[in-house]
Amino acid sequence: MSNAQLIDRRKFIRSTALAAGGLIIAFNVPAGIRTRGVVKEPVLFAPNAFLRIGSDNSVKIILSHCEMGQGIWTSLSMLIAEELDADWKSLQVEHAPADIAYYHTVYATQRTGGSSSLNSEFDRYRKAGATARYLLVQAAANRWKVAPDDCQTANGYVVSGDKKISYGELVTDAMALPAPADIPLKDPKDWKIIGGKIKRLDTQEKIKGTAVFGMDIHFPDLLTVMVARVPVNGATVTGYDEAAALAVPGVRQVVKIPTGVAVLADDFWSAKKGRQALKVQWDLGAAANISSDSLFTEMKARADKGGIVATEEGNVAELFKQSVTKVEVEYFQPFLAQSPMEPLNCTVKLSADKCEIWTGTQTQTDDQHAASEITGLPISQVFIHTCFLGGSFGRRNITRSDFVREAVEVAKASGKLVKTVWTREDDIQGGRYRPAFLHRFKVGLDANGMPVSWDQISVGQSVMTGGPFEKIAVVNGVDTFSIEGMQAVPFIKALKNKKIAVNTPDWPIMIDNWRAVGMSHTIFAMESLIDEMAYAAKKDPVAYRRLLYKDDARLLKVLDLAAEKSSWGTPLPKDHGRGIAAFKACGSYVALVAEVSVPKNGMVKVHKVTCVVDCGTAIQPDGVVAQMEGSVGYGLSAALYSEITFKNGQVQQKNFYNYPILRMNEMPEVNTYIVPGNEPPGGIGEASVGQMMPALTNAMFAVTGKRIRNLPIYKMKMGNA
Amino acid sequence: MQLTVNGKSYDVNVPSDMPILWVIRDKLGLMGTKFGCGAAQCGACTVHLDGQGIRSCVAPVSRAEGKEIVTIEGLNDTLSKPLMAAWTEIDVPQCGYCQTGQIMAAAVLLRDNNNPTDQDIDNAMSGNICRCATYQRIRKAIHLAAELKKSSS
Repeated sequence: MSNAQLIDRRKFIRSTALAAGGLIIAFNVPAGIRTRGVVKEPVLFAPNAFLRIGSDNSVKIILSHCEMGQGIWTSLSMLIAEELDADWKSLQVEHAPADIAYYHTVYATQRTGGSSSLNSEFDRYRKAGATARYLLVQAAANRWKVAPDDCQTANGYVVSGDKKISYGELVTDAMALPAPADIPLKDPKDWKIIGGKIKRLDTQEKIKGTAVFGMDIHFPDLLTVMVARVPVNGATVTGYDEAAALAVPGVRQVVKIPTGVAVLADDFWSAKKGRQALKVQWDLGAAANISSDSLFTEMKARADKGGIVATEEGNVAELFKQSVTKVEVEYFQPFLAQSPMEPLNCTVKLSADKCEIWTGTQTQTDDQHAASEITGLPISQVFIHTCFLGGSFGRRNITRSDFVREAVEVAKASGKLVKTVWTREDDIQGGRYRPAFLHRFKVGLDANGMPVSWDQISVGQSVMTGGPFEKIAVVNGVDTFSIEGMQAVPFIKALKNKKIAVNTPDWPIMIDNWRAVGMSHTIFAMESLIDEMAYAAKKDPVAYRRLLYKDDARLLKVLDLAAEKSSWGTPLPKDHGRGIAAFKACGSYVALVAEVSVPKNGMVKVHKVTCVVDCGTAIQPDGVVAQMEGSVGYGLSAALYSEITFKNGQVQQKNFYNYPILRMNEMPEVNTYIVPGNEPPGGIGEASVGQMMPALTNAMFAVTGKRIRNLPIYKMKMGNA
Repeated sequence: MQLTVNGKSYDVNVPSDMPILWVIRDKLGLMGTKFGCGAAQCGACTVHLDGQGIRSCVAPVSRAEGKEIVTIEGLNDTLSKPLMAAWTEIDVPQCGYCQTGQIMAAAVLLRDNNNPTDQDIDNAMSGNICRCATYQRIRKAIHLAAELKKSSS
């Protein structure tokens, strides 16, 4: 009997109520993982969907979430390994297939996003490890005829007195035992792996070039596809030269699909040349009237007009009138592209009875449904092989799975095994952008400089409308992500006179998630404004924030520590200055201090960024540090340079030469301090992107006295593209 | 066309304007070299052509005739060992997509310069974009690799 059959027979369906977020999930083992990738055919013990222990002592972690750089390949594995007392060096990790067993405990689809992986899996993954350990101990105790309490575990062994046996030797016995209904978890003081100095598990393959990204999928009969995509949202194809494309050596087929015209070829280069030869003609449609200048004017007009009220309390107009100091400001932030290093791609193998997809994705369930919808196949016949994501920052977490859908359309129309590859230009011009936002404020301060009235209108497209979270995120017409994090700020909550409204244009511009989503723009507005309030109140920006944040102990702590570690208030060389920003994002508290210099008529140089983070339990501290460093770079890039602009409906930026990304010579020294904490883990991948932008501009203000209210700081001079 | 890649000789039948990147990836199946921009802007595709770091996404294969291409898969031990050890020690990668290009660019720097300063690193590495912004760790890893290389020679 093969091991696969052995495992099949066991039918490891053990319904439990272990899920963290209240969603009850069958702890079963999906069919897809039972038979894959076993070389020496060891007996595999699969106590739940997340773990397989082999008779060869192998330990395989099956990740319900995707690895896109944020480090869950390692940190989620640590949760299981901790409770299992696994030998860390024996761990292997793989992405899970698309299956209900891997649904997010809160989102109820298989999805990675919202910096939620560690928080949502904190209990489920630990329990997955603890359950396996319990069964292995039980198996050893039975074999030795001792009480389970007399057994200890460490590094993949069960030990009792002078007896010692490896997990691998126990798997067959353990498989026959019933799983416990519930299982206690270790006291955090007994943790050996969580919180420890653990290195990433994916480093070796990534530096040797053997890590498999979606772009690296290859089959002998695979055709590379390049799509001539609509240049303007809503445009339609009116003609193209199929013969010219087919005349290019290496081009095999041309098919029309809903998003444009696809050229299938032997390789990338032929596909690219074939696409150039197509010379597609378009009816650009109504969206061809869009230009950034007119959008900006419209946003201001919308702010004048007002919007739907999210919060209203007291008498804002009266209190503003009575206030001693008035701060009236507005902040503008542009459309942004995520631009992950790995351009989008998706491989699809479609046959009469099944559809297989290889890609880097954050949304396996959505992708499965999209493919099912297009092909007519049942969802159970759509298989998603999640590859490493060469970055994402939200681009691979898109409503309606745009790039997967397109690849499936090509496979269906052509009947071929296809891999769509986007060029950098396709990525930047065919984006799903962070929406542009205008936040306008009228804040009244009392004689002490403290706010007594708050009037805010935020203008920008709704990211959540039409998406999977619309029902939760859009409340009475207000997309809460348009003002994400703002209403939750304790001093805003406590204010007796306030009005926060949103005005939501319905433009035909494709927008979606961008790292930190709403907080990619709300934190810039808030923390710039608070800086302006501090100066208006003639108070030091840190001292002023201490007063404002007095009811938020964790925020206060990161603020104070950031001030201390950055030597806030101590003298600096000429033309140097410091700026601070502190905000709670994704369950974590982050304060950043930027130290910059701004020479006369020169470019700002960011010398140093001090970062203090309280993310509760830091599972893999060095991973937290890495995310803080990366977010500093990501936020700086956006604040300094990034801007997507439209002219005649078309995106004007094309490649990194006019959508610049921060480079080595511009990266500041980043010093990160983690506040020790034992609260459940907060998010880290998006927790400090937003703070970087105001920390930078606040520091520039400290040097120049000039307030930057529009991003990016350096606008690229665009030609008439 | 006759090509030498990582010391091996290949006969490839491709148009002469096909960039080296696509010959390496699509025809030879060496997937460690990455496509990032196709415009010599990001360095993800960095390989060595007769020892020089080049952007293989824009260099036509005709340029490689009679020359030696080295990719991440074939980087010699003298450079590879200290670089890999340093990248591991510092735990540099996040998404990892650009890292092979970063390492190939760092290899040229390290070969020519035993004691790279921060300024040398800026000069040599600013052509390589890392969207995850692992720059600080790349910098540390290059300094460490320089130390390791010296102590092993």
